[in-house]
Amino acid sequence: MKWSPRIIFIVILMLGLGVVPLLADYFGEPFYTVMFSRMLILSIGAVSLNLILGFGGMVSFGHAVYLGIGSYMVGIGTMHAVEDGIEWMANGFLQIALAIVFSALAGLVIGAISLRTRGVYFIMITLAFSQMLYYVAVGNEKYGGDDGLSLYMRSDFNGLIDISNDNSLYYLNFVCLLLSLYLSHRLINSRFGMLIRGAKSNEQRMRAIGFPVFRYQLVAFVIAGTICGIAGVLSANQTEFVNPSVMHWTHSGELIIMTVLGGLGTLFGPVIGAVAFLFLEEFLSGITEYWQLFFGPMLVLVVIFARGGIDGMLVGLDQWWSRNSPVKNEEVD
Amino acid sequence: MEQTLNGFQFGILLFLLAAGLTLIFGIMDLINLAHGSLYMMGAYFAATFIKWTGSFLLGAILAIPACMAFGMIVEMIALRTLYTRNHLDQVLATFGLILFFNEFVRLLWGPIGLDIPLPEVLNGSVELFLGIRYPAFRLVIIAVGILVAFLLYLLVSRTKLGMLIRAGASNRQMVGALGVNINLLYTFVFGLGAALAGLAGLMAGPIMTVEIGMGEGILIITLVVIVIGGVGSIKGAFVAALLVGLIDTVGRSFLPDILGIFFSNDVADTAAPAISSMLIYLLMALILAFKPQGLFPPRGA
Repeated sequence: MKWSPRIIFIVILMLGLGVVPLLADYFGEPFYTVMFSRMLILSIGAVSLNLILGFGGMVSFGHAVYLGIGSYMVGIGTMHAVEDGIEWMANGFLQIALAIVFSALAGLVIGAISLRTRGVYFIMITLAFSQMLYYVAVGNEKYGGDDGLSLYMRSDFNGLIDISNDNSLYYLNFVCLLLSLYLSHRLINSRFGMLIRGAKSNEQRMRAIGFPVFRYQLVAFVIAGTICGIAGVLSANQTEFVNPSVMHWTHSGELIIMTVLGGLGTLFGPVIGAVAFLFLEEFLSGITEYWQLFFGPMLVLVVIFARGGIDGMLVGLDQWWSRNSPVKNEEVD
Repeated sequence: MEQTLNGFQFGILLFLLAAGLTLIFGIMDLINLAHGSLYMMGAYFAATFIKWTGSFLLGAILAIPACMAFGMIVEMIALRTLYTRNHLDQVLATFGLILFFNEFVRLLWGPIGLDIPLPEVLNGSVELFLGIRYPAFRLVIIAVGILVAFLLYLLVSRTKLGMLIRAGASNRQMVGALGVNINLLYTFVFGLGAALAGLAGLMAGPIMTVEIGMGEGILIITLVVIVIGGVGSIKGAFVAALLVGLIDTVGRSFLPDILGIFFSNDVADTAAPAISSMLIYLLMALILAFKPQGLFPPRGA
């Protein structure tokens, strides 16, 4: 691996994320652990979205639905555990397993219908499905309806991991993020990933070569949904609160923003994007109550001028670096 | 009967929004998520002008050109560079605009919603026939909507401008090559869409409350409408808007009773609200599963 400003930046970012709780404890600001924990969870969501959006070119505008499914698995399980005394329902492993099953099922159904369409229709139909599930959650009075559910305890991992402590939950999130990054790295460099990426640049050609593109895209869609479902489980544990607004369409939009802001179709782009997004939110809302007044136009400017997102800028920096690097010039001599 | 009329009236409002959105999409190939914000601006402009002038009619008449001008300015500043971009970029940029407009409105008008008071004439109800009474203002909405639909039809199919719009939709390079000022045409079409959205907003204002974010819920339903109707088709938008309006309204009022026939009242009462808000999405999924291009796919697309 050649060191370049981009690689150095990413390494520092990941190492930095690894020591956040230690620093936060050292400086006596545990608030930052919680804030960065949110970044990690949304990073997982963005990484999973990037699989289909960045590498597969499928603009899913309903990705937050899986966050919702994962969250509700925790919310419903914990509610029954606390109110009805069914303790096994608060088991974290079980909740993750259920989140995987239901996210995959939802992904299968949504994908099977929406992948029949292309372009703007695909965007709209994924959006519509997410709104549909949003209304299911809103209308479901038994599980909190519009008000949502408060969690009186976090998931129980058989005593293996005690996530009632914010720091250990942070490291659970961190490990999950690393796993999802590793998985997506393996996936996009596999034959399967090549096919998905090929279908993005020229679907007809992929089909002409003889690949059943639809099936591959559907599998990618399901995998992305499943990973995001796990992020939902973590998210519910983080906020100790579940309500329908996790799967509101604006939340799906935010996931897309994070992915694009960081850099579409790059491994670490979504992580950079999620961190940058939440930083901006925190920073701007600290300055003014009307932070979206600045955030909105910034988004427009990023879309118009900074194609490739932050990662794209880092790549540009790399190119500038390699042109002007003294080391390289010496090598040439 | 009353619910059917309500559904019809909701459908008309949806049509006003959908017509603008589908025109903008069909001609400029732009997904404008900020269309709901234009609807919101229409309602806020109307509320302000009505308070200013003290007259409902005058305020309403002022609000429409204001909204049109507003839309044109937005188009010239922010959206013009997006036409050649892919849909993802457009979705993101217009999403950014939504955030901006919501805060903008909060800054100017405050976080609390406004009311649009109706004049005495429109506040009562009218006896239709067989003793059925119906709110006068809702009838006005239906009448205005049908009139606008008719005018829009005339504009698009009978005038020179309409010819340019249709020509621009099917081959924009050619229209540009023939010496038509495409930029101006686009700005005008966007302004027209904004005016229609503003009209919808000002008419929805007195029925619902004028508040921040009022455009977002209805935007999604409008998107469902144009997708069902076939993106780019005004006829499709009209049919789909009425269909969606009727199904949504009638579903909400009758579904509890219908479910009550088959299930216990308890189940019906809890399931009905959820299912009735899902109905239009189910309709859309069903239609797209059979006709991936919508009911009236535009020719040549």
